[in-house]
Amino acid sequence: MNSIAMDAPLTRWQRFKKSNLVYDFRRNPVAIVSFTIFLVIVLASVFAGLIAPFDPYDPRQLDIMNSELPPVWQSGGDDLFLFGTDAQGRDLWSAILYGTRISLIIGICAVALQAFIGISIGLVAGYVGGRTDNLLMRIADVQLSFSTLMVAIIFLAVSQAMFGTETFNKYALFMLVAVIGIAEWPQYARTVRATVLAEKKKEYVDAARVLGFGPLRIMLRHILPNSISPIFVISTVQVANAIISEASLSFLGLGMPVSQPSLGSLISSGFDYIFSGSWWITAIPGIILVVLVLVINLLGDWLRDVLNPKLYKG
Amino acid sequence: MFAYLVKRFFQAIAVMFVISLISFAIQDNLGDPLRELVGQSVSEEVRQQLRDELGLNDSFLKQYGRFAWNALHGDLGTSYFFKEPALTVILKKLPATLELVFGATLIIIGLSIPLGVYTAIRPNSLATRVIMGLSIIGISIPVFLTAILMIFLFAVELRMLPSYGRGDLVHLFGYWSTNFGSWDGLKHIFMPSLALASIMLPLFIRLIRSEMMETLESEYVKYAYAKGIAPRRIWFVHALKNTLLPVITVGGVQIGTMVAYTILTETVFQWPGMGFMFLEAVNRVDTPLIVAYLIVVGFIFVVTNTIVDLIYGLVNPTINLARMS
Repeated sequence: MNSIAMDAPLTRWQRFKKSNLVYDFRRNPVAIVSFTIFLVIVLASVFAGLIAPFDPYDPRQLDIMNSELPPVWQSGGDDLFLFGTDAQGRDLWSAILYGTRISLIIGICAVALQAFIGISIGLVAGYVGGRTDNLLMRIADVQLSFSTLMVAIIFLAVSQAMFGTETFNKYALFMLVAVIGIAEWPQYARTVRATVLAEKKKEYVDAARVLGFGPLRIMLRHILPNSISPIFVISTVQVANAIISEASLSFLGLGMPVSQPSLGSLISSGFDYIFSGSWWITAIPGIILVVLVLVINLLGDWLRDVLNPKLYKG
Repeated sequence: MFAYLVKRFFQAIAVMFVISLISFAIQDNLGDPLRELVGQSVSEEVRQQLRDELGLNDSFLKQYGRFAWNALHGDLGTSYFFKEPALTVILKKLPATLELVFGATLIIIGLSIPLGVYTAIRPNSLATRVIMGLSIIGISIPVFLTAILMIFLFAVELRMLPSYGRGDLVHLFGYWSTNFGSWDGLKHIFMPSLALASIMLPLFIRLIRSEMMETLESEYVKYAYAKGIAPRRIWFVHALKNTLLPVITVGGVQIGTMVAYTILTETVFQWPGMGFMFLEAVNRVDTPLIVAYLIVVGFIFVVTNTIVDLIYGLVNPTINLARMS
């Protein structure tokens, strides 16, 4: 880069700090609060091993005598268990920390998979055009017309029946990532394809082609950076949706097993006890789940307002 | 228009074909029909003979052909558990699910149009901010959590509404039994349909709001104001009409999505519909019932999507059908 006019070339970080995004972020209390809460939840789940007083995966630490203890602030609560215990005597606070980690891992990995498949297909469809484009977009239409949840429920239910619950539970995490990841790629593909179609005609692409760059390089290094902001906006909403989908599937018993619970399976295991008054097993993981999804959605809304990308409507 | 119709029709058939292939693959690999038929105390020779008689040793294509032929004639196999044709079992459960979807649709239409229009014409009022704030919270709460919350509040704490089942039913035409005929039935269907509606409601309020705001900026609305037409009439007659076009398309697609969400609401409320039945069938490895559910639900999806596309083509005169096909 030519830096004669400037005193010193700006580093990437300095340029980022001067950008619109950061400027707007500092003046938006909702964004700051949401981001802080999101960061706290992410850090708490990353360092779950250090924070959690118990290991929820270790059956030796469970004592059935401790089952269904209410949270500390209620009468009958035990100082050892901040949020009380579930029906197996597991410390709810530890289980929630580990469960949030699983929910976040599944949400983020599933969206990474969606983005990878969707962006590749979108780039190819937009760049190659013609019959390939037609076929890929037709498939995307059909895929979109089936609700993700429906596809995921049927796929997971059938594989559970086919492989048996034990094998299924072992690979539940991968299955959830795969099925949520594969079902939602058209969101990305459509948006990326729309940007590619708009960018392809511009002169810089012609210039790159004249310079002898291959199609792969042009697609990845020249065209793709121009669709970064819509991808960013879609990704936040998609992470929130993926976390909800995972929770719903786990609630139905088609996701994470009770021995390795995500937030959804914790809520599900508590549901059986709600009529006997043990509301906390359901309510506390439920609140964490809603707060997590809510702050991601709020951040997504804020990003959409700031970046204002041309999202594919329809 | 005709070419578009034909193309759309062929696409629907192609999708149904793929669904039937997947269903057949599941039926072929999941469970053993012989064991369901004769148990385990039969010798290997008799087994092989039975396999031959049932055609289980035929080639894949031949077996698929038979499966597709039977399916086209409404024969989707016999449920292992109910000992009845799978399609009959599903059709018996269908009214419960459809009534749930119908109840939710009523709630969505009844609430989203007034709220969407209000938030569009008073974008800065306090009530609008509250509604928009609630709508983003609504999007962030999974449907099963809404359902649990309602059960806890209305059934466990306040003891106002029943928490499970369908209650008293009124029978219509001998086949259909409805919840909308008695007070008890209405009380039973209220919470499940509200829970089901809660997932779509924020989406529709936001959609109607944004479309309405766009329409209110257009020239013809300004002209109507200039002509002195009463604002109420402009909002609800002139502007709303043009707002509803995208709402129809999104709405149609969402009907299919709602069928998926019925599985969740039916599980929480133990509503005896198709979704609840499907999960039971999965637990019992009742293959014919699983396959039949797959085909029926796939059919519902394909039909609603095709109809929505066609209606969209008919209602919207600006759409270029030649290019779309």
